[in-house]
Amino acid sequence: MAGKTLYDKLFDAHVVRTEEDGTALLYIDRHLVHEVTSPQAFEGLKLANRELWRKEAILAVVDHNVPTTDRSGGSAGIVDNTSRLQVTTLDANAADHGLTYFDINDVRQGIVHVIGPEQGATLPGMTVVCGDSHTSTHGAFGALAHGIGTSEVEHVMATQCLVQQKMLNMLVEVDGVAADGVTAKDIALHIIGEIGTAGGNGCAIEFGGSAIRALSMEGRMTLCNMAIEGGARAGMVAVDQTTIDYVLDRPFSPGPEHREVAIAAWNELHSDEDAHFDRRVSIAAEDIKPQVSWGTSPEMVAPVDDQVPNPETEQDPVKADGMRKALAYMNLKAGTPITEIPLDKVFIGSCTNSRIEDIRAAAAVIKGRKVAANLKLAMVVPGSGLVKKQAEEEGLDKLFTDAGFEWREPGCSMCLAMNADRLEPGERCASTSNRNFEGRQGAGGRTHLVSPAMAAAAAIAGHFVDARHY
Amino acid sequence: MRAFTTLKALVAPLDQSNVDTDAIIPKQYLKSIQRSGFGPNLFDNWRYLDEGGPEIDNSKRRLNPDFVLNKNRYGGAEILLARENFGCGSSREHAVWALDQQGFRCVVATSFADIFYNNSFKSGFLPVQLNEEQMDVLFRECEETGGYELTVDLESQSVTTPSGQSFAFEIDAFRKNNLLRGLDDIGLTLEHADQIRDYEKRRAVETPWLFSE
Repeated sequence: MAGKTLYDKLFDAHVVRTEEDGTALLYIDRHLVHEVTSPQAFEGLKLANRELWRKEAILAVVDHNVPTTDRSGGSAGIVDNTSRLQVTTLDANAADHGLTYFDINDVRQGIVHVIGPEQGATLPGMTVVCGDSHTSTHGAFGALAHGIGTSEVEHVMATQCLVQQKMLNMLVEVDGVAADGVTAKDIALHIIGEIGTAGGNGCAIEFGGSAIRALSMEGRMTLCNMAIEGGARAGMVAVDQTTIDYVLDRPFSPGPEHREVAIAAWNELHSDEDAHFDRRVSIAAEDIKPQVSWGTSPEMVAPVDDQVPNPETEQDPVKADGMRKALAYMNLKAGTPITEIPLDKVFIGSCTNSRIEDIRAAAAVIKGRKVAANLKLAMVVPGSGLVKKQAEEEGLDKLFTDAGFEWREPGCSMCLAMNADRLEPGERCASTSNRNFEGRQGAGGRTHLVSPAMAAAAAIAGHFVDARHY
Repeated sequence: MRAFTTLKALVAPLDQSNVDTDAIIPKQYLKSIQRSGFGPNLFDNWRYLDEGGPEIDNSKRRLNPDFVLNKNRYGGAEILLARENFGCGSSREHAVWALDQQGFRCVVATSFADIFYNNSFKSGFLPVQLNEEQMDVLFRECEETGGYELTVDLESQSVTTPSGQSFAFEIDAFRKNNLLRGLDDIGLTLEHADQIRDYEKRRAVETPWLFSE
């Protein structure tokens, strides 16, 4: 019998029962909750007169709707009526149910996918769910983590379980040494460019290979975060010493009495040598250059030294039509060098790239320089209050403000523009976020996905440049 | 949950791949704490010429005459055709609610994003996957035929065209059964509460750090 993949091990360890057709009832260890996808779930529980199965499994935080500017008024001070109602609704639900909750003025508040790992609330071997597709982030810890809809949020609240069909196993191996200045974000965008946004549909992706092993936990989180943009609900990386060093000594980590047995269990969280993968993709790290997205889907990417591609040379008619629509929306002409695309705004933040390592990488580029005159706004939105505090202790905030960046309070911000931070119609933005869909950062806004170093360099130059030579 | 058995209804074609959930229902409408009211904002950025918002009266907005679903011939359609990777991106179940509340009961596409596919069943909404050649036939016939209707039958797992051509589709037996009978997922799971408690007892011994609250 073939060995097991990491996904097989995680799945099997959480099966409560199995139906005849293989449908499993899967136990959920950690449920992360935010204000956008939970109100209808709490309401559903109440209407059905059901209780939370295990409230200790829940960690709740507000992130999508919170302003990144002045917060002295707390939840009640949020200007937008609908945003305020959503935030105060979670305030009330958290209080009613006695949840562990980081509210708008808690220093631990931040983007749900930043604070989970930061608190040690995400641990190797766990099943982690959240009503948010970027829950795949937590797979970086050798956990089975994926996004769910609101009905499933309610289902987990009421039963601590999810009804699941087993996914296929897909291995994406990146071997070799990535060039200096080629980051986890570039690896992620390159992979999505190769496999396409539907490439991982129906699969859990394990990222392996020497270039992945070499990544920090921050880098692995960036990579797994974007598994969903490659069509896979779950991305994951096997546990190694890097993982274990990161998770110990955090508020929710195992206490000293459990540490030894926990580490022994975590060290088993890797695919067996003879494990079977349904799909395999191999990529040479040396082939990866800094990436810039040019279209309206994360698979529409090009290396920074390349050009905007030509739909007329695309063989597949549906794809060519998609490219034409994307170029029209993005107001770009085929053949334009990527480095000649001018920018209006730069956004450094989001659950993809707002951790301390991301902020340090951007700071290293902008140090002692000024934001280009053609930019209307360049902003840094740290992923959590604790990331912000650490960056300030390192003096990074001063580097950014001296260069002309705005230094904001933590939240999802302009990744999806549910708060006041957004693009105006026609504005073009270099963004460290994860989606370049039409209107994602504001109706009519044009998004180019890049790494933090590439965003920082673009802010200084006023257009895209190769951050490796900048 | 509402059951889905068989549906004979008008079809509307959305001939695009990678239709993401941000396009299906933009984020400004996700600020609602209700489960209803999303229908008028389905495909909001494509459907209207002027900008909308949660506090804006949609009936006063200008419709985009070029958007396919605004064409009179597709008014009242309950089945939507699409291409590869329908519903990709954000996990927002509001996308299913918006389609449902606009009157759609079923999407037939080349493939679906996993989270959207999962979410569909929770509203008694059926996602049907057919292959590229079959989708080409449906798109072509729908374009050429006024009042084009399909029959989607869950029991026999088939999509039948007006000329009687029938295409089979796959669906997990457990899901199919629940959808045919309109069963409540949570109620079903709670029938196994003892097994969940047994699992927790076992895991509390094996992985005590996960149960040390």
